[in-house]
Amino acid sequence: MIPAAFDYESPASVDEALAVIAGAGDREVKVLAGGQSLIPVLRLRMNAPDLVVDLGRIAELRGVRDDGDAIAIGAMTTHDDVTREPLIRQHALLLSLAAQTVADPQVRHRGTFGGSLAHADPAADMPAPALALGAEFVIAGPSGRRTVGASDFFTDLFTTAIGEGELLVEVRVPKHTGWGAHYEKFNHVAHTWSIVGVAAAVRVEGGTIAEAKVGLTNMGLVPIRATAVEQALVGQPATADAIRAAAQNADQGTNPMSDASADEDYRRHLAKVLTGRAVLAAVG
Amino acid sequence: MTAVDETTGAKEFGQSRRRKEDARLITGRTKWTDNIVLPGMAHLAMVRSPVASGTIASIDVADAKTSPGVLGVWTGADLDAEQGDLPCAWAVTPDMKHPRRPAVAAGRVKFAGEIVAVIAARSAAEARDAADKVLVDYDDLPVVLDMNEAIKEGTPLVHEELGTNVNATWIFDSGEAGTGGNVDEAIAAAHADPDSLVIERTFRQQRLVPAFMEPRSTVVDPTGEQLTVWSATQVPHIARFLLAVVLGISESKVRFIAPDVGGGFGGKIHLSPEEVATVLIARKLGKPVKYTETRSESIQSAHHGRDQIQKITLAAKKDGTVTGLKVDLLADMGAYLGLVTPGVPILGAFMYNAIYKIPAYQFKCVNVFTKKVLTDAYRGAGRPEATFAIERMMDTLANELGVDPLALREKNWIKHEEFPFTSVCGLTYDSGNYEAATSRAVELFDYEGLRREQAERRARKDPIQLGIGISTFTEMCGLAPSRVLGSLNYGAGGWEYSAIRMLPTGKVEVLTGASAHGQGHETAFSQIVADQLGVPFEDVEILHGDTQITHKGLDTYGSRSLVVGGIAIVKAAEKVIEKAKPIAAHLLEANVADIEFDSGKFSVAGTDKGVTIQEVALATFAAHNYPEGIEPSIDADATFDPENFSYPHGTHLCATEIDTETGKVTIRKYVCVDDIGTVVNPLIAEGQVHGGLAQGIAQALWEEARHDESGTLTTATFVDYTLPTAADMPFFTTDMTETASTSNPLGVKGVGEAGTIASTPAVINAVVDALRPWGIDDIQMPTTAQRVWKAIQGKEFDASVGAKDTRDGSHEAAPGNGAPLWSGNESGGAQ
Repeated sequence: MIPAAFDYESPASVDEALAVIAGAGDREVKVLAGGQSLIPVLRLRMNAPDLVVDLGRIAELRGVRDDGDAIAIGAMTTHDDVTREPLIRQHALLLSLAAQTVADPQVRHRGTFGGSLAHADPAADMPAPALALGAEFVIAGPSGRRTVGASDFFTDLFTTAIGEGELLVEVRVPKHTGWGAHYEKFNHVAHTWSIVGVAAAVRVEGGTIAEAKVGLTNMGLVPIRATAVEQALVGQPATADAIRAAAQNADQGTNPMSDASADEDYRRHLAKVLTGRAVLAAVG
Repeated sequence: MTAVDETTGAKEFGQSRRRKEDARLITGRTKWTDNIVLPGMAHLAMVRSPVASGTIASIDVADAKTSPGVLGVWTGADLDAEQGDLPCAWAVTPDMKHPRRPAVAAGRVKFAGEIVAVIAARSAAEARDAADKVLVDYDDLPVVLDMNEAIKEGTPLVHEELGTNVNATWIFDSGEAGTGGNVDEAIAAAHADPDSLVIERTFRQQRLVPAFMEPRSTVVDPTGEQLTVWSATQVPHIARFLLAVVLGISESKVRFIAPDVGGGFGGKIHLSPEEVATVLIARKLGKPVKYTETRSESIQSAHHGRDQIQKITLAAKKDGTVTGLKVDLLADMGAYLGLVTPGVPILGAFMYNAIYKIPAYQFKCVNVFTKKVLTDAYRGAGRPEATFAIERMMDTLANELGVDPLALREKNWIKHEEFPFTSVCGLTYDSGNYEAATSRAVELFDYEGLRREQAERRARKDPIQLGIGISTFTEMCGLAPSRVLGSLNYGAGGWEYSAIRMLPTGKVEVLTGASAHGQGHETAFSQIVADQLGVPFEDVEILHGDTQITHKGLDTYGSRSLVVGGIAIVKAAEKVIEKAKPIAAHLLEANVADIEFDSGKFSVAGTDKGVTIQEVALATFAAHNYPEGIEPSIDADATFDPENFSYPHGTHLCATEIDTETGKVTIRKYVCVDDIGTVVNPLIAEGQVHGGLAQGIAQALWEEARHDESGTLTTATFVDYTLPTAADMPFFTTDMTETASTSNPLGVKGVGEAGTIASTPAVINAVVDALRPWGIDDIQMPTTAQRVWKAIQGKEFDASVGAKDTRDGSHEAAPGNGAPLWSGNESGGAQ
């Protein structure tokens, strides 16, 4: 085995998983969902946990259900399932479209929706659409379950509101039935991380944009809601010129990094261009 | 599948047979080296230096030695007395500087990733755990990464004992060689002549990672009389020889096996430090040992490719006739010399003149040491660099002169009727038909239509700009005539060996010294033998990659397997038939002189009496009834040494779209028409072209091995080293023209590297062509979106660039100032 040695548990229920984590005491625990980020980190020995708790056997964490004004997506639902699930396509099309752009087919079949959100990589594709749609995050812990709103969930680089001994179990996404949606991803080659991504969902009434929700990938340490763009869009005609004008606000309030794949100024520029394209595609 | 070619009688040659080896290779249910498990086998892990340049102040192995499962820990100091030096087979000049290259560094480290200690343990996991416990203190030494810096006076030396950072300076001058004029005179004359011009450009060939699919792996069994080495290598025969030399073992005591090998692209041409270390430890432990590298280790420490700076000076008359070409190269060796490291740029030296009649030529290469992992052969090895430079220069010249770049090429290329043609480098191009390949490519590409669209997009300043890139390449394949290699001071010849064993049941075993690592040798060679001997394709078994099966061979690289190895097989088959004839005559009670052989049957001329080759094989095995005075065997072998290279060529046309809002480059259309001579298996040939194109396009658009200031490779995983996949590739339109090589009896030329050599300049020419309205005339590779976007920021867009009425007025704009578009043989291009 290439990673350093670790203990391994694969509980069959959420309660059992919480108990295993609680029982780990001082030992460092890592939770394994689809493993598409954790396994590479372990393989490179960048992290050497004492205990890996694999959620793969927990059936209750998989699948999507109708929950009234929202759909509830199990944390262990794979990206591939998110792309195909009819409930998601009908009520949260943006998630389905974004999931289609994640890495490659192998990763989409292994990687999970909840795993990606809990890992909170700034370049990952699922956090920004979840944020844009106002998802709520159901977190289970030793003292029961609590729900955290999207704006409070992503707190810092690779850091979320999930506390010690807690698990993300479900994501409730308010229904956006009938909304247009598009995820505009920009990367070097097909299987690599986003340099910048833009998630857009819009509701058009009679040729006018009635509501707009825009989330940005990799424009800061956490996914960012492009509120200035959203405000500028509402009430505008769903035309290319109006949308492009509103998109010029896309880098407001962002704090993009300069790294090997792009400089800050290029990312700011991309955010504007891609926002225009995402919204234009979303209005159809 | 069994249609017979009426003119040649060939049943198999030219058939697109599916590869017989694919099922086992694709499923992995085969003998990959890492699949081999031997009783009591120990596993190795390497401790590698994280620093690029330093002195090993101390190594503490105490904790590692007591780590669970550990059988031993060895540092470079422990192994130095017996590890020898890894060899370089190509002393390019008599005074070449050749540093010591230990398998395990002792005292000093010279690149990040160099091995400093070896752990053996009962399991691979335990070995790796122990490796983490080895504590090494390094005293940092200056890092030398940049070639231009490295050759300056006063720059710290990579190898102090050599007294210089220059490995060698190698020059070819056509004036001195008597193969052409003096290039400095040609350039001076052009400067002085108002009807001539001189263009100077500098291109950068970035560092690339060969990125073969199967990481390198070695298993050594020291038990028994011979030492057996299984290794993921392209060169089992060369490696056996080198291992014997390096370690002072009798060559006859070493059996080297390349089982199925998952790709190489040149990256597995070596005797590696890891192979030597694995042999040493296996001998110490007296038991089998395995080492398999991780992907990150592979990217960091297996050799890289390219990394050259090319200064090119081209002189031409204003009518487009090229009068001189001068090449000044800096080539990065990295910290050490591998098998052919210093010779890689020289393999390109003979190809800068490409398909053109250039009267005066000079090539000068300065090989430079830096503190990076070594470079060595990577698909094309020297020829992609050369092709890139000349094809970029031809497009640049066409732009300067305002003529169509295809027309300019035709004005300078060797005409079909001029073959055989002796180039300015003294090579004899045996055959070629650049007109035919180009005509076909232009037709498939819709060259005129795309030029028209390009002009329209420019005129309306469309956010998507279109560029058209051309690459009319040739290469020298089939490494190589042994005498030529000798004249270049290469350490070996270029022949290939084959033997054919006729089994009593009529089945045929073919031994070849060409060692396949994914090319499809087993299928293509079976097709050749089936035709030569008239036996069913299924009855032919190709055996390769084991020095005890094929005792000699020179292995697989340089597009040589078919052109050299395939011909050796033909020669062996001819001998089998000659040896079988007297036995067949005896069985048929006829005169040998009357025996004819056709499609597997020996018959008596003018009669219907005959005997099949299988019947002769059985009779020979029984040996009850055969002529006196001959041996009862129809087995035969042959060693073939080519007298010339072969020269595949082709025309590649690429249309790229540039998204001017983001800088993203998208390949809209890619057409290539290759001429690889006669084609044994079109399906395999097309597969080779597709893979080659992907690698060449990847250099243009995506790939680059980058280091930080401290010499750490920052692209050591596939997250950062952006290797494309099929999802990133355009649809390729490929076709072939067949101009048979006259250098070998099959008329074949070789195809393994063609796509890689041709495609990079086609793509970059297209990118630059799209960017010309901004006054952009060159762009560095890889042309990432950010790089393209930044290049056009703050620049004025001039829609009139290249726009001018054409003579027939059929469209508004043409690439040149009024020159006709290239439209095939009729127009003849530029006047």
